[in-house]
Amino acid sequence: MYTLPSKLKMFAIIFMVIGALGIVASFLTAPSNTAEVKEMMAAHGDSHGAEHATDTHEVTSDDHGTEVHDVHKEANAHDSEEAHLEHTLHQLQNKPWAALYIACFFFFMIALGVLAFYAVNFAAQAGWSPVLFRVMEAITAYLVPGGIIMFVLLALSGFHINHLFVWADPEVVAHDALLQGKAGWLNGTGLVIRAAIFLGGWILYRMYAVKFSRASEHVDDNRYFKKTFRISAGFLVFFLYTESMMSWDWLMSFDPHWFSTLYGWYILAGMMVCGITTIALITIFLKSQGYLEFVNDSHIHDLAKFMFGFSIFWTYLWFSQFMLIWYANIPEEVTYYITRIEDFKLPFFGMLILNFLFPLLLLMNSDYKRVNWFVVLTGIVILAGHYVDLFVLIMPGTVGTSWFIGLPEISSLLFFFGLFVFVVFTALTKAPLLMKNNPFIKESKNYHY
Amino acid sequence: MTSKVVHAIYNDDDILMQAVKQVRGEHYHIEEVYTPFPVHGLDKVMGLEPTRIAITAFMYGIVGLSVAVTMMNFIMIEDWPQNIGGKPSFSYIENMPAFVPIMFELTVFFAAHLMVITFYMRSKLWPFKKAENPDVRTTDDHFLMAVDAGNHDIEKLSKFLYDTGALEISIVETDEDH
Repeated sequence: MYTLPSKLKMFAIIFMVIGALGIVASFLTAPSNTAEVKEMMAAHGDSHGAEHATDTHEVTSDDHGTEVHDVHKEANAHDSEEAHLEHTLHQLQNKPWAALYIACFFFFMIALGVLAFYAVNFAAQAGWSPVLFRVMEAITAYLVPGGIIMFVLLALSGFHINHLFVWADPEVVAHDALLQGKAGWLNGTGLVIRAAIFLGGWILYRMYAVKFSRASEHVDDNRYFKKTFRISAGFLVFFLYTESMMSWDWLMSFDPHWFSTLYGWYILAGMMVCGITTIALITIFLKSQGYLEFVNDSHIHDLAKFMFGFSIFWTYLWFSQFMLIWYANIPEEVTYYITRIEDFKLPFFGMLILNFLFPLLLLMNSDYKRVNWFVVLTGIVILAGHYVDLFVLIMPGTVGTSWFIGLPEISSLLFFFGLFVFVVFTALTKAPLLMKNNPFIKESKNYHY
Repeated sequence: MTSKVVHAIYNDDDILMQAVKQVRGEHYHIEEVYTPFPVHGLDKVMGLEPTRIAITAFMYGIVGLSVAVTMMNFIMIEDWPQNIGGKPSFSYIENMPAFVPIMFELTVFFAAHLMVITFYMRSKLWPFKKAENPDVRTTDDHFLMAVDAGNHDIEKLSKFLYDTGALEISIVETDEDH
């Protein structure tokens, strides 16, 4: 049995408290009207506001001849400045929400990726992984609290309490024929109902899988293994459909004018690589504490191989999506990448280094995949890279050019990190770390590659 | 000059593995082991060095990537930068997404083919090569261990090999003309 060290508990709680304070502060400091935005811009010496001021001045001094025209132009410029401030205000008000959403989804996606990986291992009757099942079960415990927070955030966004989803704003939809056409799918009620079905299905599978895993300790036949095998196969079918729809609802709808067909797979690949990386990190951590003496470096080697493979799979899907749109250059699709390349150049291309180049070069060597600190180093880089990936998916549609990785982003990340650590390591104490009575457990313990 | 080699034949890979361990333990020199299929772990027991073919493959892949980049940079950007369907041919990086499929394929092509050729050269395999097979049964269901007799007492060596579970033992004299 694993007992939660009080140090770790304190560590998690401190992270949660600091994160929560930061989140509250970032909501309080967000501007509430355009005057504040103007003030903020002036204080920051923003070139945008300054340019505007000189622009209007030049216009008035140039056209001296027609006075009526002059006044008209001045009024126009004033209007556009006000509209610009309004636009920036919405972006800045979105900032803490978007930061919260990204961090919330990031940790939720790790738990979901692990759940899918767990089901795959059962359905494939993998012989190497059963010693890691209890670690995986503990990580998926985050699905319940994480899912509830995710659901609340979605409901708030879907019913336009915040401005995260453009399509949730009835005024915008009234002037947008494209959004009207999509309103049959993109509406608050639909979003919440679908989210409830997805989350319900995933949590239900998790509940039964863990229940069977615990119950198998007390029997001496394989009946619970067979049951888990069956529900895992069923879950994987359900998961692939719901995961795809989830990616349209929760991520793609930030840019509701844009669509892509391989988006769901792309999100899945990122989810899997984050999930597997987290399994590796927590396994290495527990092993270093002396709790997983039955895990050998061949298990780590296999996890690292999965990290390597799924990183390349993610890159393959990222590039396929990018290259097809870049090549065809159809205006209605390509704006998605134009905004990202123009406003998010560093994170957009930087994440390719973190998510592709790093794992490719560091994990290619078979010997390095057995070196724990190497796997940990690459794992941290991969997780950071996929946070940036989510950042680039969500931020352009919510805060646009006003993005920055500052207080709201970091404090949200800290809060959910603390919550994740707290939930996962509490869940680890609920059952022995080695599964009993799994038909593959002996093979897994003696696993050698 | 001739040298003597003892051929011990086994019919089970587990016994063979055990025998290899014992023979190495007695510090006899194993010239070669012939098996009909890969015996997992035999290389480790024999103390063979790990292969470096993966490293060569990595380097060949880099060569392939360089060939692809150099070729397309010269053809598409430097030599005749045409406007083909509005694709930007001002610099390599601007048009790079279009080149990635070729960069990838040439990397794989070079890595795979040159590695295979390296394997053939290092293992001395080619068409019309004379098979080096001391006993035809080793391609079917028997395992043969060739132990260098050297200055050892052949009687003692044969007895020892027999005790490790060998079915047949024969002493072969080879001309050291290579």
